[in-house]
Order: sequence, then C-alpha cells, then structure tokens
Amino acid sequence: MTRESRGTLVIDIERCKGCELCIDACKPGVLAMTTQSRNDMGYLYPELTPGCTACHACALICPDFVFQVWKYDDPVAVGEAAP
Amino acid sequence: MSNLVDTAAPPSRPAKLVDDFAPPLILPGAHKLCAGCGEPAAIRSVVEMVDELGLTSRSVGVFGIGCYTSFSPGMDVEVLQALHGRAPSLATGLKRVQPQSIVFTIQGDGDMVNEGLQEVIHTAARGENVTCIMLNNGVFGETGGHMTATTVIGQRTKNSLEGRDPKKHGYPIRMAEMLAPLDGVAYVARGATNNAGNIFQLRKMLRSAFQVQADGLGFSFVEILTMCPTGWFLQTGEAPDYLQDKLQGFHKVGIIKDLAKAPDE
Repeated sequence: MTRESRGTLVIDIERCKGCELCIDACKPGVLAMTTQSRNDMGYLYPELTPGCTACHACALICPDFVFQVWKYDDPVAVGEAAP
Repeated sequence: MSNLVDTAAPPSRPAKLVDDFAPPLILPGAHKLCAGCGEPAAIRSVVEMVDELGLTSRSVGVFGIGCYTSFSPGMDVEVLQALHGRAPSLATGLKRVQPQSIVFTIQGDGDMVNEGLQEVIHTAARGENVTCIMLNNGVFGETGGHMTATTVIGQRTKNSLEGRDPKKHGYPIRMAEMLAPLDGVAYVARGATNNAGNIFQLRKMLRSAFQVQADGLGFSFVEILTMCPTGWFLQTGEAPDYLQDKLQGFHKVGIIKDLAKAPDE
C-alpha cells in the first residue's frame, strides 16, 4: 500500500503544554512527541512525520489551539519531498 | 531525526486551510487552563457552531463560575457573568427582554448541579427559550478538585480518594435524564470531548440545540463530558480512556430528547 500525505500542519510549539492528547487522537498515527527538545515553557511538544490526512482530529481535541491544518489540493506520495 | 515534516510555516504547495489555530471567535492563548483539559475543545465547539449558524451578532453567552470562566474575556461573543449557578436565571431575564437574541449559558457540573440546581430546573420547566450547556467532569476543578453531585461511583476526587462510595457519599445525579421529562424542554443531549468522533457528534448536538432555540421551540440542554486529568489524579494521556470507561459508563452519550424530530412526544 502506498502511503501519501493529504495535508500538513503548522504547529505553534510555544503554546503547547505537552498533554499528548493529539498523539492518541491522530488516526494515521503520524504525530509523535519530542523526546529531548522542549519549548520555552519547558514542555515536550508534538512533531509531524509524513502521512497526515488533514482530518483535523488533533486541532479539535487540542486544549491549547496549537494546530493549524492544511489540506493539499493534490496528495503527496510519502517519500517525495513534501515542502 | 530526518523523517520530520517542517511544521514551522504554512505549506508552499497548493493547499487550503481546514482549521485555523483558534476558532475565529476565540483569542488564541486566552486561557490558562491545565494541560489535557477537555473544556477548551468544548468551548471551541460551542462558538464554532454559533458561528456556523450565523448567529454570532445575536449571541450572548452567560458564564457561570469555574475554570471555563477564563474564556470569557477572550471571546468575541457578548458575555455576561453570573453568580454561582445563577446563569439560567440571568439568561431567562436576558431572553425575555431581548427575545431576538440567542442566549446560551456555559456552566460546570459544580456550578449547575451543586450550586444552582433549582435555577436550571425551573428555567427548563418554564420552557424558557434558552440553551444551557453543562461541562461535566465530576469535580470542582477550579476550587481544588472536590466531589460534585455528578461524580460517578468509584471516581477519585479530593474528598473521595478511594473512589466515590454510595454508602458514604450517596449516588450521583444524571442531569440530562432528569431534565428531559419536563414539558418545557425541547432538546436534551449529552456529548463528550475525549476523542474526535465524540467531538464531531457533540458539534451536531450543539448545532441542533441552537437551532431549537432559533426556531423558538423551547428549552435546550447539552451536557458535555470533559476531561480533568488534574482533578482525576491521572496523566493527561490517560484521561480520555478514563472518561470512556468511568464517566461514559454512567452518563451515557447520545441524544435523549429531540422535539424537533418527534413533535408528538
């Protein structure tokens, strides 16, 4: 099965409080918390790996309004450079 | 870490915005609630439904006292601040003086059920054409996480550390089921904010509730189960499952009464 990215996120990491609700909410499982880097408030924050479907589950559940969700007009195959 | 997508700026390839950071009616960063709280998602759904129905300029929110009150200064909807539990009465007065306005209350379980239970019951029984929204997490979140009247059996709070015991603490109240049989009530539903599926369902419920008010059918009530990992003594990531197992087992999610769909009842 070829995976593709149907969308992407802009993540405002400075507002994140590291609650990890988005990690479980993400159906394709493409969000992962950082293990080392922290934001200015000292929290770990989520990072995106390719495969986002722009379902905006993360944005709906996020208590701190960290996510901005974009849906690509044309999906990008995973592995291709996704700008 | 090479396999990461750059999330610092919007994409350069053609794309359309699905969801902005904060909904248009909420100031981003306007609250100081704990990590993992379920209330921002609930408030977001409320104001987005108001916006979607095109009722923004006519809407007035009446806030009770609780953690969610920290949203009131950062919302682009008219807001009235009520005393503890008195929001439905204030909403009644407002709706009677300005019948063209869309009036909704935002209250917690402590505010609505413990502090001002009679206000909401009488408002519902009179069939006032307002929408009451209750954020139910089973604890007095703002004042330290004590037990409320909706805390479910076995739920841990500050003063039920071993879990709520009916022999010692009595039984909880199912608010939505209690209001539904009243004649003045047109719409009653219970949603939850613990996962995306429930939030989508909740948004439909809120849309129906506001539509009931806009159509002048009577009192509408939406109860929203929200996470409070701080008050539940849990890691933030465990709270959605705890809500599913504990709270949803007692407070069943679903539409309990809808007069718009079944006018004969």
